Amino acid sequence: MPIIEVSSLNYRYVGQRDYVLRDISFMVNEGEFVLIVGPSGCGKSTLCRCLNGLIPHFYEGDLEGDVWVAGHRVRETPTHVLSQHVGMVFQNPQNQLFSLSVENDVAFALENLSLPREEIRRRVDEVLSLLGITELRDRSPFELSGGQQQKVAIASVLAMRPRIIILDEPTSFLDPASSLNLIETIDRIRKSLGLTVLLVEHRIELAAPRANRLIVMNNGQIVYDGNPAEFFERYDAHSYGVYVPKVVRLAREVNKHVRLFNKPPLSPEEFEERVRMFASRRV
Amino acid sequence: MPAVEFEHVSYQYKSGVKALDDVSFTIERGELVVLMGENGSGKTTILKHLNGLLKPTEGRVVIDGTDTRTATVAQLAAKVGLVFQNAEEMFFESTVREEVAFALKNFGYSEDVVKRRVEWALRFMELDAYAENSPFILSGGEKKRLALAIVLAWGPEIIALDEPTIGQDSLQKEKMAEMVRLLNTQGKTVIMASHDVEFVADLSPRIILLSRGKVMGDGDAEEVLTDMEKLAKCSILPPQVVATLNRLQDLSITRRTLSVEAAAREVVEKIWR
Ligand SMILES: Nc1ncnc2c1ncn2[C@@H]1O[C@H](COP(=O)(O)OP(=O)(O)OP(=O)(O)O)[C@@H](O)[C@H]1O
Ligand SMILES: Nc1ncnc2c1ncn2[C@@H]1O[C@H](COP(=O)(O)OP(=O)(O)OP(=O)(O)O)[C@@H](O)[C@H]1O
Ligand SMILES: [Mg+2]
Ligand SMILES: [Mg+2]
Repeated sequence: MPIIEVSSLNYRYVGQRDYVLRDISFMVNEGEFVLIVGPSGCGKSTLCRCLNGLIPHFYEGDLEGDVWVAGHRVRETPTHVLSQHVGMVFQNPQNQLFSLSVENDVAFALENLSLPREEIRRRVDEVLSLLGITELRDRSPFELSGGQQQKVAIASVLAMRPRIIILDEPTSFLDPASSLNLIETIDRIRKSLGLTVLLVEHRIELAAPRANRLIVMNNGQIVYDGNPAEFFERYDAHSYGVYVPKVVRLAREVNKHVRLFNKPPLSPEEFEERVRMFASRRV
Repeated sequence: MPAVEFEHVSYQYKSGVKALDDVSFTIERGELVVLMGENGSGKTTILKHLNGLLKPTEGRVVIDGTDTRTATVAQLAAKVGLVFQNAEEMFFESTVREEVAFALKNFGYSEDVVKRRVEWALRFMELDAYAENSPFILSGGEKKRLALAIVLAWGPEIIALDEPTIGQDSLQKEKMAEMVRLLNTQGKTVIMASHDVEFVADLSPRIILLSRGKVMGDGDAEEVLTDMEKLAKCSILPPQVVATLNRLQDLSITRRTLSVEAAAREVVEKIWR
């Protein structure tokens, strides 16, 4: 049974003329890693809000269609129930921080679940170290750099150990090594615990090699839903506002001279593999 | 006279964190400089010194010949426009249009000029459809573009951009690169902080590398972005073209370049010779 099921979803914010989401339908199975991309303003964050219940419970507007998450019909389920299943990392990290220390911020939601003290302590230690921010533990979240704040916001969500995690541009403030570390960490947790991952991300070169599915949105609609590599092969990604990774461009350029790649490589590793295969056949 | 001079600048936040440690560099008028470095390395702290939001604890920051400690807030504000990392911090007005008009009105431009500049900046950033909306209900990427529109409309001599590509898709990024080049050809000085390695590689600017509040390197993009050791120290991954060629060194692929075309030629030549 799918863990997320969206059917014929339409949504318009209150007071606006146009629908922001138009006839969106898709299903996600438990343990999938879905990468969601599309131009700025196409409706990605709005879709996320429909999945965690902010729409319709906190945003007014016109909502049609149905959304089921972890066996709950979102329309009829209070957000505090949904949040036990769906962890959401918002686009702007600052709006998610409120405590006097990083440690309190991360522990806050766990205390609300009335977990035992040692368990809270253990989880806080674990996520701080996963994100490499153990030394920020006693600092005020409001006196951190942008990237450090984003790491705290992500840590708070991971500490909850949700079954589904939705990350809305979680690497926007992160340095490149931290971005890669985050995506690898999420993928590791997914593989070991069966976490379901929905990742909205403009830095496609980092996420595409790990995602097993790519959803491309444009102007409120889903225009592609399938294998990531195939999208770059069959579509003019750039015209959808989707960044074409340099390694894909490199392969296209090589193909102009010698037809080496029959499908676009999504990482330097895949590129290397193909070149070595070819080189070894020639000696 | 250089546009910006940092002379042995150190900065300590009130909480005791030392964010900058003996930082020195000079930026000439009309230059394009990108600051890169790990989270917390001091990029935002440097940008906030340009318009006098922060003043050095030790050393001097000189903007266009004036020490920021003796300059007035108004003097600096007229010379330096800063686009914040978190765009929302810049918003106070109730509509997108008023937000862009605010600074212009403040500087005493005529109503007519204000109107024209606002229209132009909103159209350039593809925000004209949202002109009457509240800035706070824009999407993430739209907020960032509004922050850019505010500074663009007023066009100060020194433009400081903190992570301008956050939330932008590839079409918007292309436009942003175009905008930066345009500002440069108008003789404006552009200083930006960015984690977006591929965007920076395409711009090919001078790069100042930072780590833990210290300058770790200063050079042109090709030199800095192919120096694996230094990049690793600053938590920066090399651009994909560099990373790809690096993996093929034993096949006598030795060229260091940021260009896709040059890299492809190298691969083809060495493998099919
Ligand atoms: N609360 C709101 N009220 C009215 N319109 C809104 C609201 N929030 C977003 N919008 C509009 O809805 C559209 C979709 O916004 P959304 O935030 O979903 O885009 P997005 O795909 O996440 O973009 P980005 O990549 O820039 O974050 C945008 O045009 C935006 O201006
Ligand atoms: N308001 C503040 N009060 C105290 N310390 C701060 C404050 N803002 C930043 N810091 C600290 O100063 C150091 C430099 O921060 P800065 O914001 O300049 O980094 P940055 O290079 O811009 O990082 P990022 O890439 O995450 O945006 C960090 O250690 C940070 O924790
Ligand atoms: Mg968004
Ligand atoms: Mg910063």
